[in-house]
Amino acid sequence: MTADTATSAPVATALSWRVRLEESLLPPIAALLIALVVGDILILSFGQSPAAVYRILIEGTWGNAYGIGQVLYKATTLTFTGLAVALGIRAGVFNIGAESQLAAGGFAAAAVGLLFPAALPALVAAPLLIVAAAVGGGVVGAVPGALKARFGASEVIVTIMLNFIVLAFLNWIVSSRLHVPETLHTPEINTGEIPRLAAFADVFRGSAANLTILLAIAVTVAVWWYLFRTRAGYELRAVGLQPEAAEYGGVSVPRVWLKAMTISGALAGLGGVNYVLGYKHYYEEGFAAGSGFVGIAVALVGRNHPLGVVVAALLFATLSQGGLAVNALVPKQMVEVLQAVVIIAVATVVPEVRRAVRSVRRA
Amino acid sequence: MTFLVLLAQTLRIAVPYLLAASGGVMSERAGLIALSLEGYMLSGAFAAALGSYYGASPWLGLLAGLSAGTLVALLYAVATIRFRADQVVVGIAINLLAIGLTRFFLRLAFDSSSNSPRVAGFSDVTEAGESIASSGLMEALTNPVVIIGLLAVPLTALVLYRTPFGLRTRAVGEHPQAAVTLGVPVARVRYMAVAISGALAGLGGTYLALDQHQFTDSMTAGRGFIALAAVIFGRWDPTRVAIACVLFAAAETLMIHLQGAGGIPSQFVEMIPYLLTIVALAGLVGRSRPPAALGKAEE
Repeated sequence: MTADTATSAPVATALSWRVRLEESLLPPIAALLIALVVGDILILSFGQSPAAVYRILIEGTWGNAYGIGQVLYKATTLTFTGLAVALGIRAGVFNIGAESQLAAGGFAAAAVGLLFPAALPALVAAPLLIVAAAVGGGVVGAVPGALKARFGASEVIVTIMLNFIVLAFLNWIVSSRLHVPETLHTPEINTGEIPRLAAFADVFRGSAANLTILLAIAVTVAVWWYLFRTRAGYELRAVGLQPEAAEYGGVSVPRVWLKAMTISGALAGLGGVNYVLGYKHYYEEGFAAGSGFVGIAVALVGRNHPLGVVVAALLFATLSQGGLAVNALVPKQMVEVLQAVVIIAVATVVPEVRRAVRSVRRA
Repeated sequence: MTFLVLLAQTLRIAVPYLLAASGGVMSERAGLIALSLEGYMLSGAFAAALGSYYGASPWLGLLAGLSAGTLVALLYAVATIRFRADQVVVGIAINLLAIGLTRFFLRLAFDSSSNSPRVAGFSDVTEAGESIASSGLMEALTNPVVIIGLLAVPLTALVLYRTPFGLRTRAVGEHPQAAVTLGVPVARVRYMAVAISGALAGLGGTYLALDQHQFTDSMTAGRGFIALAAVIFGRWDPTRVAIACVLFAAAETLMIHLQGAGGIPSQFVEMIPYLLTIVALAGLVGRSRPPAALGKAEE
C-alpha cells in the first residue's frame, strides 16, 4: 500500500543530477500552481482580491518576528509527524496514526512531568520527558506494527481505528482523573520546561517558538543518518522497495515492519514535546489536532526524504499560520482546503509530471 | 423506557451507518478503499442543508446531498482510477477537503463558523421522538431517507450478487486482469461503483442534516469511519455489514441510556466498533479476507 511516489523515487538515483533536480522540484511546483488556482477561485468567490490576500498571507507569516516564530513552532510539530509518516513509507508501511501517536506522546510527557518532583533540575527532567514522549508515541505505533507483523492486518485500517480508540481513552483519563476543573487540560508539569526563543531574542515575544526546534533538527539528521547510512536503515528501505527481495536477502520483513511502525510512532510522539514542554507545559485535548494528517501531506510533498520533510513542514506551517493572518478577508478555512488540494495534486500530478519529464527526455 | 423507544432510537442511529456502509461495500468490492466515506457524508450533509434551505424543500435537500456525495466520490475516482494516485493518500485528503470546503462555504453561505440556520426536514421526529414514547418508531418509518436506508442493504446485496453489474464489480475487485480479458470495462465499472458509494454515503449525511434540521461543523463526527469499520467487521458482505451497523447503533443507544445510570464511561462504548474491527482484521474471530485487488489501481 505504499504510495507510488515513494517507491519510484530511488529509481532516479541512476539518472543524472539534472533529471533528479527536475523530478524533485517540478512536481511540488505543479502542485503549488494547482493550489494557487483553487485558492484564487475561493478568494474570488468571497469577493476579495487574490493578490491582496496572498500579500497579507506572506506579510503575516514571514514579514515579522512573531509570524516567523509561529511558523517555526508549527513547522516543528509538522516535522515530527512528517518524519514519522516518511519513515513508515520508506519501509512500505503507511502510518495514518500519527494523529493519536502525537497525542499519546504529549500525554506521556505531561503525565511523567506531573510525577517528577519540582526540585528535579529541568536539564535532567527535560531529556527524560522527551524519552517519555517517544515511548508514548512508540507504544501506540507498535500495536499496528505488531498486528501487521503477526497477523497481516492492514496497518492503514488499524492506525485509523486506533486514532479513535487512543483519543477516546486519553479523553476519558484526562476528563475523569487529571484535568484542572473547568478545563480540558492537565495541571502544569512540575519541571522540564524547554525555554522559548523569546528568552534569547526579545523580538520573538508572544510567539510559541521554543528550543524544541533544535530537537527537531537533531532528529531530522538522525533519521537521515539512520535511513541512508546504517545497515538497519538499508534493510528498512529494502523492505519498502521490494519485500520479497529483502526477505530473500535474509531480512525478516515482519520484524522490519514492527520496528518501522514503532520508530514512526515514537517520532510522531516526539511532536508532543513542542507543545507540552516548550509551549503550554500541560497536556490538552486536541493540542495539535490535524497535525498527524497534515504530516502525511508533509511526507508526500517532501518526497519522504528528511530534508524534504523539513522544507514541506515549513511550507504547510506557513499556510496554516497564513490562514490566521488573512482571516479578516477570507475564512481561514481556505487554508484547510488548500492543504487538501496540495495532497491530491501531489498524489495525482506527481506520476504524471514525472512521466512527462521522462518522455520529453527520451524524445 | 419501552423496547419500542430503544428500537426507534437504534434505527435512527443506524440509518446513516447503513447508507454509508452499503456504499463502502460497493466501493471496496470494486477494489477501491472506502477511506473517504466520512468526506462524502459530510459533503452530503452540507449540500442537503443548503438545498433544503434555498429550495425550501427537504426533497431538494435530498437531491443536493446525494449529488454532492456523488461528485466528491467522482473526484476520488478520477484521482485514483484515471491518474492512478494512491488510494489511501487521496482518501484521507478527500476527508480533509470535505471538512475545509464545508467550513469555507458555511461562512460564505450562512456567515457562520458553527452551523446553518434551521432547514426543513422530512418529519419533526426530533421533537416528537423525545416526548412521545410510542410514536418515535412510526415517525421514523415515514421518513423517506430512513426507508431508503433500510432498502439500501437488500438492494446492495441484490445488485452485487444477482445482476451482471454486480458480478463485474466483484470481478474487478478480485481479479481485474481476468475481468479485462473477458471484456469487462474495468475503469467504467469502478467509476460506477465509486459513484454509487458516494451517492449512498451522501444520503447518509443528508439524513443527519435533515434529521437535525441544520448543518453543524463536522457533524458526521467519525460516522464514515464507523461505517468503514462495519464494512470490515462485516467481512465485505452486505448482510453481515448491515448486522454490524445495527450492532454498533444498538451499543450507542445503550450508551445514551446508561450514561445517567453511572455505568461504563461513554468513551469505552465509543471504542467498541473500532476495537471489534481491529480484532476482526487480526483474524482473531473467523477469517477476514478483503477483496484481492483492494487498493490496487493498475488494470
